[in-house]
Amino acid sequence: MLGLGADRLRADMNRLLAFLFHQGILDEQYLQLQQLQDESSPNFVSEVVNIYFHESEKLLRNLRSLLMDREFSDYKKMGIHLNQFMGSSSSIGAKRVRNVCVAFRAASEQNNRAGCLRALELLEHEYCFLKNKLHELFQIEQQRVLAAGVRYPMQN
Amino acid sequence: MTVERAISEPKDQFPVGMRVLAVDDDPTCLLLLETLLRRCQYNVTTTSQAITALKLLRENKNKFDLVISDVHMPDMDGFKLLEHVGLEMDLPVIMLSANGDTKLVMKGITHGACDYLLKPVRIEELQNIWQHVVRRKKFDRKDGDNSGSQDKPHIDNGGAAGMGSVDQNGKLNKKRKDQNEDEDEEHDENGHDNEDPSTQKKPRVVWSVELHRKFVAAVNQLGIDKAVPKKILELMNVEKLTRENVASHLQKYRLYLKRISCVANQQANMAAALGSADSTYLRMGPLNGLGNFHTLAGSDQLHNAALRSFPPSGVLGRLNTPAGLGVRGLPSPGMIQLGHVQNSGNTSNDQSKLQSFVIPGNHNANTLQGMPMSLELDQLQNNKGVSHIGELPTAANTTVFPVSGSLMDARISGCSNNPLLGVTSNSLMLEGSSQQTTLHPSNLRDSVSTMGFQNGNTLSDFTSIATASNQLQCSKADLQCQASPTSCNAGQIIRSAPPEWNAPYHSNVMCCSINSSIPVNGAMVPLGQCLDQNNPNFHRNMDLDSIAPSNFVDPKSLKRSEGFNSAMEPAVIQKEGYFQPRPQGGYNVGSLEDLASAMMKEGPDTRKLADGDFGCNGYSHRTCI
Repeated sequence: MLGLGADRLRADMNRLLAFLFHQGILDEQYLQLQQLQDESSPNFVSEVVNIYFHESEKLLRNLRSLLMDREFSDYKKMGIHLNQFMGSSSSIGAKRVRNVCVAFRAASEQNNRAGCLRALELLEHEYCFLKNKLHELFQIEQQRVLAAGVRYPMQN
Repeated sequence: MTVERAISEPKDQFPVGMRVLAVDDDPTCLLLLETLLRRCQYNVTTTSQAITALKLLRENKNKFDLVISDVHMPDMDGFKLLEHVGLEMDLPVIMLSANGDTKLVMKGITHGACDYLLKPVRIEELQNIWQHVVRRKKFDRKDGDNSGSQDKPHIDNGGAAGMGSVDQNGKLNKKRKDQNEDEDEEHDENGHDNEDPSTQKKPRVVWSVELHRKFVAAVNQLGIDKAVPKKILELMNVEKLTRENVASHLQKYRLYLKRISCVANQQANMAAALGSADSTYLRMGPLNGLGNFHTLAGSDQLHNAALRSFPPSGVLGRLNTPAGLGVRGLPSPGMIQLGHVQNSGNTSNDQSKLQSFVIPGNHNANTLQGMPMSLELDQLQNNKGVSHIGELPTAANTTVFPVSGSLMDARISGCSNNPLLGVTSNSLMLEGSSQQTTLHPSNLRDSVSTMGFQNGNTLSDFTSIATASNQLQCSKADLQCQASPTSCNAGQIIRSAPPEWNAPYHSNVMCCSINSSIPVNGAMVPLGQCLDQNNPNFHRNMDLDSIAPSNFVDPKSLKRSEGFNSAMEPAVIQKEGYFQPRPQGGYNVGSLEDLASAMMKEGPDTRKLADGDFGCNGYSHRTCI
């Protein structure tokens, strides 16, 4: 029974992953992350992704506070935040988030505040979505590991 | 044979165990980079600060083989780091950036990077970076030592082949042999090498400040055009320095000068506008490769000249240097003995570096004093997690993120102070680029001091502004030209992926609402506002997308997303409330067409926002639906 649970969870996980890839939310870079995970770094993916979440939320807060400022004029600073966001998003394979960053950067290069604001909204949405999906993924993975782990002693 | 193998150095297993220093302020990328490098079996050291990196490199010159550094870092520009590493340590440096802009890549190359990688970095790219180390070693050993004239025709890798083609025939054999020494693990070769290490592995020459100063003095004495390595060597009269060392250093120095003079030409007008400092300024250029400040020693006039003759970007750029290296290089903040440093015979690395970069004289101490203060303040803020100074975002905004965090970090407080700095520097940049003669030396100095004194401003501001103003000066037109294609691309990205956008948008909204209902509402409000304000724009973009209105209607996509069900309805309806309310289940072609027709009646004022909004509007309108 427990074995079945683990398999079912794995199927769930794969389905979710397939969905995320299909929708372009994640790309192959995420696979690279998974490949880097092994016995010597068993939690690598969740580690990196958690750091990414932490940093991204800081960046998004910064971006929003920049844009909300009435006398906002420092597009360069915004560009720097964006650049970092873009770099980290592409590094973990968050394709859609990164694409929004590209549009955001375009707006900021033209000093288009309204466009930046809109892009920020979109960015927040995309990020929110990604975060939820990845949390879901990790949860399933955790459950799967638990289920699979309990299984092995029984085999002996 | 076994004995020889046992005593062989670890470098014989090269590239395994190659010692890499990785620098990136983004922790996500740094962790990823570290893991990738370890996977390639390199020996990795990481740091998130350029200053720390320089310190590590200076501590022990032979500790690393290669440096990989991000371009955009808060404490020091990646290009600056690149320059310093190149001049002081002669290590190969690879630049890393999320921005693959041609201009940046070019900048990397002119500053001496041996490669420029784009994020996300793939492991395949990292597996070949050892070639840069080997290549550099070869160029350093240009002497005519003929011990390695064995015939080893077979070359292992592509990197080696490139090198072979560059050098003369006579050295080809030696190169192949060396490569085999590096790459192959044949015992007899290794044995041979170990017997005669002095000819194969020459200790790398370290170009310390002293040495470099002598070098520059010799070059100046001979005249930059007539400076030949042999004569320079004679003039320098340093033991154990070979002509080849001097030659390669001269090559680098010439590149540096070329780069400086290119910038100097642009700034020459500025200098002329500012006063009589022209000749002094231009003379200062060649005098010191490491930094123009060095030649200002002991001259009050010159300090003025320094500030005067460096246009805003130059000042800011140079300020960044002492700020980055001189001040931060000090072991503790608050060491303001800038006046002492120049005269001290201190041979510690930090101090000697400080000597090169710090503007001597009490006048300048003020400017630079401001920096450590702000540095301390910055550190204080970082440590205490000071909450923001300035406007708080509205409650609606903070609730967008389910993660609680009303504590803003120091960056935000830095940001709030930014407008002042931004305005100041913007005005400087604007004036600089338009080369107005009204910019007085005193104004410049005052502005600089003001910037220096602003508390809470991180040095990252200087960096960013320096970079920004450099970019602005050199490529203002280009930047604008780039912006439009970028936005067009963004628009294309949006357009080319319409089917994919649908379902996620539903679930997008829904998922946010899962965490709490607030995010959706919170986000909606600004959206609503932006919609109201920008409705004409909105309509305008609808036109672009009305080409494929059917993309929006995709009820199948809803079914595809399992598990996303009831919560979606209210969210969708909420969003659609901006249009005519419709039954849930998809976008309405009807409402799109309404908008499209409404858009036809758009006013002329929307047009001006068209290009800029192109990409963003496309995104936003989808979100709103």
